Amino acid sequence: MAKQRIVSTSINGNPVEFLAAPRQTLLEVLRDNLDLIGTKEGCSNGNCGACTVIFNGRPVDSCLVLAVEAEGGELETIEGVAPTDGLHVIQDAFLGQAALQCGICTPGFIMSTKALLEENASPSEDEIRFHLAGNLCRCTGYDKIVRAVQQAAEGVTN
Amino acid sequence: MRDFEYEAPMSLDDAVALLSGNPAAAKPLAGGTDLIDHIRTRRLEPDLVVDVKKIPDLNVLEFGDDGLRLGAAVPCYRIYGDPQVAAAYSALADSCRIIGGTQIQSRASVGGNLCNSGPAADSTPSLIALGARVVIAGPGGRREVAAEDFCTGPGQNVLESGELVVEIVFPARPAVGGSHYRRFIPRNEMDIAVVGVGAAVELDESGQSFVSARIALAAVAPTPLYVEAAGAALSGQPVSDEAIAAAADAAREAATPIDDMRGTVEFRKHISGVLTDRVIREAVARARGEETGYRIGQ
Repeated sequence: MAKQRIVSTSINGNPVEFLAAPRQTLLEVLRDNLDLIGTKEGCSNGNCGACTVIFNGRPVDSCLVLAVEAEGGELETIEGVAPTDGLHVIQDAFLGQAALQCGICTPGFIMSTKALLEENASPSEDEIRFHLAGNLCRCTGYDKIVRAVQQAAEGVTN
Repeated sequence: MRDFEYEAPMSLDDAVALLSGNPAAAKPLAGGTDLIDHIRTRRLEPDLVVDVKKIPDLNVLEFGDDGLRLGAAVPCYRIYGDPQVAAAYSALADSCRIIGGTQIQSRASVGGNLCNSGPAADSTPSLIALGARVVIAGPGGRREVAAEDFCTGPGQNVLESGELVVEIVFPARPAVGGSHYRRFIPRNEMDIAVVGVGAAVELDESGQSFVSARIALAAVAPTPLYVEAAGAALSGQPVSDEAIAAAADAAREAATPIDDMRGTVEFRKHISGVLTDRVIREAVARARGEETGYRIGQ
């Protein structure tokens, strides 16, 4: 077996060191080693976006990143989104618009939405749908998610 | 996923040494969006993964009067996010905006798309249309091949044991030039091309005649397909419905697609002509600085 390595990262603003074998994905390590189980496993091949985290400022599918690649990197996961007292404006908007049913895709959608609004504070409906194309939801039919992103964008800009 | 060793060399020489030390069992890792999935599904079984993202040579994105240098590991978002590159090499930016979704574009590189050598690769027709050359390093030194000569079959290319792609170099764009890539898919986004077409055109000063043109197709042959005859049908001709129709006919004739669940031979040949027509018109409009109706995801 290949040797495990010590990987030093920042996760949600806190310095975190973990052990990882080269064969482990970032998704595996987040969930199984670090107990950050808010990040979900869907397809594990980069199609569904359920495992989306923000890595050095960019949304990525954590199933397609090796954990050892996170050395020196900054990670944001769903666990770091809410402030200590309450919910993030995006989380509020997803609840307010009933933009989830089973909820498995929701952490990924929220991370992708966060990345979108940081880049473009008032996206059009087309831009929202195009940016979120890498996140699949089998429950809502997407309209409620789009409305939630629009509500969150208003909350972010106001 | 199966077990493998991981190295992240800081220099090109170190990467070549690692890859040529055990060439059959070593694989370079750029964005990993194909490689990691292929290892998981055991389509590839490397014993050593060499992460090339820390090597400065593979992260170059330099736009200048002589052209464009694109490091093999530069992810898609950096390419369309650079306004000068996106304006001058718009076919390349068009490709990078539609490869996977946002998450994939954060990681996936044009060099990786090329080395994966899929017939439906969305960026390769743009490289061919824009006249790009591929710079390769290996134990025997450096060499260059034209983008249209890189792929040799589905998943096959000219890379020899221990070699890797360092960068892709593009000639300067002409004063009156435009380019475009578009694909047909049954969805709006996140799909594999049924047919893809890239075109780059150079017009004369008046914008009324073609000086030269290069056209390449995806998903209609065992490799991305350079259709020299389509460009030849435009060169020296006035910009006219007749000249564009002749180029579209040449593209339709050159296409040798297969039947599969994405499309039949008949459909793919037909679409090769239709898309070639539309892509040339868009490239012409861009060369003239005209507003067009094209939207990504269309």
